[in-house]
Amino acid sequence: MAVIRDMMPAFELFRPVSVDDALQLMARHGEAAWALAGGLDTFDWLKDRIKRPEAVIDLGAISEMRGITADRGGLTIGAMTTLTEVATSPEVVESFSLLSMAAFHVATPQIRNQGTIGGNVAQDTRCWYYRGGWPCYRAGGNICYAAAPKAMNREHCILGAKRCVAVNPSDTAPALIALDAQMVIRSAGGERVVAAEDFFMSPAVDITRMTVLEPDELLTEIRIPETWSRARFYFEKVRDRQSWDFSLVTVASAMRMSGGRVQDARIVVNGVAPRPVRVTEAESVLIGSPANESIGLAAGEAAIRRAKPLRHNDFKRPLMRNLIRRAIRGQEA
Amino acid sequence: MDRYTTATLRVNGQDLQVVFPTHHTLLEVLREECGLTGTKHGCELGECGTCTVLVDGEPVLSCLALTAEMEGRSIETVEGLQDGNELHPLQAAFADLGAAQCGYCTPGMLMTATALLAENDDPSADEIRTALAGNLCRCTGYHKIIEAVEWAAGVVRGDAGAGPAREVLFGSSVPGEGS
Ligand SMILES: Cc1cc2nc3c(=O)[nH]c(=O)nc-3n(C[C@H](O)[C@H](O)[C@H](O)COP(=O)(O)OP(=O)(O)OC[C@H]3O[C@@H](n4cnc5c(N)ncnc54)[C@H](O)[C@@H]3O)c2cc1C
Ligand code: SF4
Ligand code: FES
Ligand code: FES
Repeated sequence: MAVIRDMMPAFELFRPVSVDDALQLMARHGEAAWALAGGLDTFDWLKDRIKRPEAVIDLGAISEMRGITADRGGLTIGAMTTLTEVATSPEVVESFSLLSMAAFHVATPQIRNQGTIGGNVAQDTRCWYYRGGWPCYRAGGNICYAAAPKAMNREHCILGAKRCVAVNPSDTAPALIALDAQMVIRSAGGERVVAAEDFFMSPAVDITRMTVLEPDELLTEIRIPETWSRARFYFEKVRDRQSWDFSLVTVASAMRMSGGRVQDARIVVNGVAPRPVRVTEAESVLIGSPANESIGLAAGEAAIRRAKPLRHNDFKRPLMRNLIRRAIRGQEA
Repeated sequence: MDRYTTATLRVNGQDLQVVFPTHHTLLEVLREECGLTGTKHGCELGECGTCTVLVDGEPVLSCLALTAEMEGRSIETVEGLQDGNELHPLQAAFADLGAAQCGYCTPGMLMTATALLAENDDPSADEIRTALAGNLCRCTGYHKIIEAVEWAAGVVRGDAGAGPAREVLFGSSVPGEGS
């Protein structure tokens, strides 16, 4: 149970200046280690004393993990690049404006100044039962409080739930999947590259993790290939309040048109499933068709066919359908 | 394990030597070790913005930043706004317009607005709203805050006659001025 949201218990702080040093520290401290990026999610857990790492490995002094560089028509973004930098970078705005829109929609100016893109995709879910310290499945227990008969689950899943019905809160995640970004992951043992689409963990595979990152691994950079450079993009995040709030449903899409028809498209939604998902049902309705109102509606309907709302979130079905419809209508030539 | 860290912090243009528990946030160290209690302690979760200070000119939530990361960076707090006995135009505007009621959000509002005006001295009301989106106020309803920032921007730009009309400040009939 949450104790006080105030001071944190002490921890040992490490401030490595290279990725190699950070990875050595991660390997040495194993489960007791915690990678610290912007701290916006991290300190919430530590202040509540629900997570109590012994060794906090601050990635803030590692300059090789920061910055945006052009790379063969695409971009490489260091995981420690702030959301403000991503939102305002001329390279991102010019070629991959979908990502700058997504980063701009995260939280508040202060949080975008401190929060990093790596932390944004690696952040934990905001399900309040879990954040409040309830011993649910995700916390290693044997119940989901959010799916219980009288639970408050307005913000939770309508698709793809497996025991846990919490959603992924990241705004940049759906944009990165739409852009077919590649996540570069390192451990002391080497490097692996995972498509953004496969980076987020399904609770059917591991209910306690949000991403495929192992405890000794770091996300070091995100590579955006040239594939969708200057494509037609659409981003819309629906939230309860306009000033700042987590998403209820978000859509991010990238499309290429040819001769008035959709040649290729990637449509991704977040806020509806345990992880951001590509809506392939909608994509297949769309590809080869003109981007118009009736195709938009058909794609939206196809996307929600398998949705199973909980007690308080049936509204997410039409919301998701309509956002997909708008994403497509927004491309009308 | 080093429970304490010794560091030189550059706060409001002055170098301060401080010793603080390594895991303490910038908010804790500003208030406790530096004695600068102008920066307020609110939600501690990133939701309210009352703890906002400027780090290298950018608004940052001091409740969610480690002091250990601050060496070599320039920190500005509300105590640094005033120049001798002269209030900063934003402070003067907030005071004259009554853009504060309980005043708890004011230090954070002032710091965020300071960063906005440093970047754009002629912001539209929408730009002000966007910049202040992370600063909650439970009292004022925001209108006066936005007006105060607009007015202060005029003063910063040096616009003659920037600021509200007398009746905005004193009501329609000013005592001793007839009708
Ligand atoms: C009030 C509030 C409102 C918010 N609203 C939104 C919102 O609307 N939309 C949204 O998308 N987000 C929102 N966020 C989340 C925020 O934007 C941050 O992105 C997020 O908290 C984490 O980023 P961070 O850089 O602070 O990382 P941290 O909090 O430091 O880290 C988050 C997690 O990721 C891990 N991690 C971080 N970087 C790496 C890395 N390179 N390799 C491996 N693991 C890593 C950490 O170990 C930790 O578990 C909000 C946060 C707050 C506090
Ligand atoms: S939705 Fe997931 S995180 Fe929330 S209570 Fe259920 S199992 Fe826990
Ligand atoms: S006290 Fe820092 S955001 Fe509320
Ligand atoms: S004046 Fe009271 S919170 Fe803003």
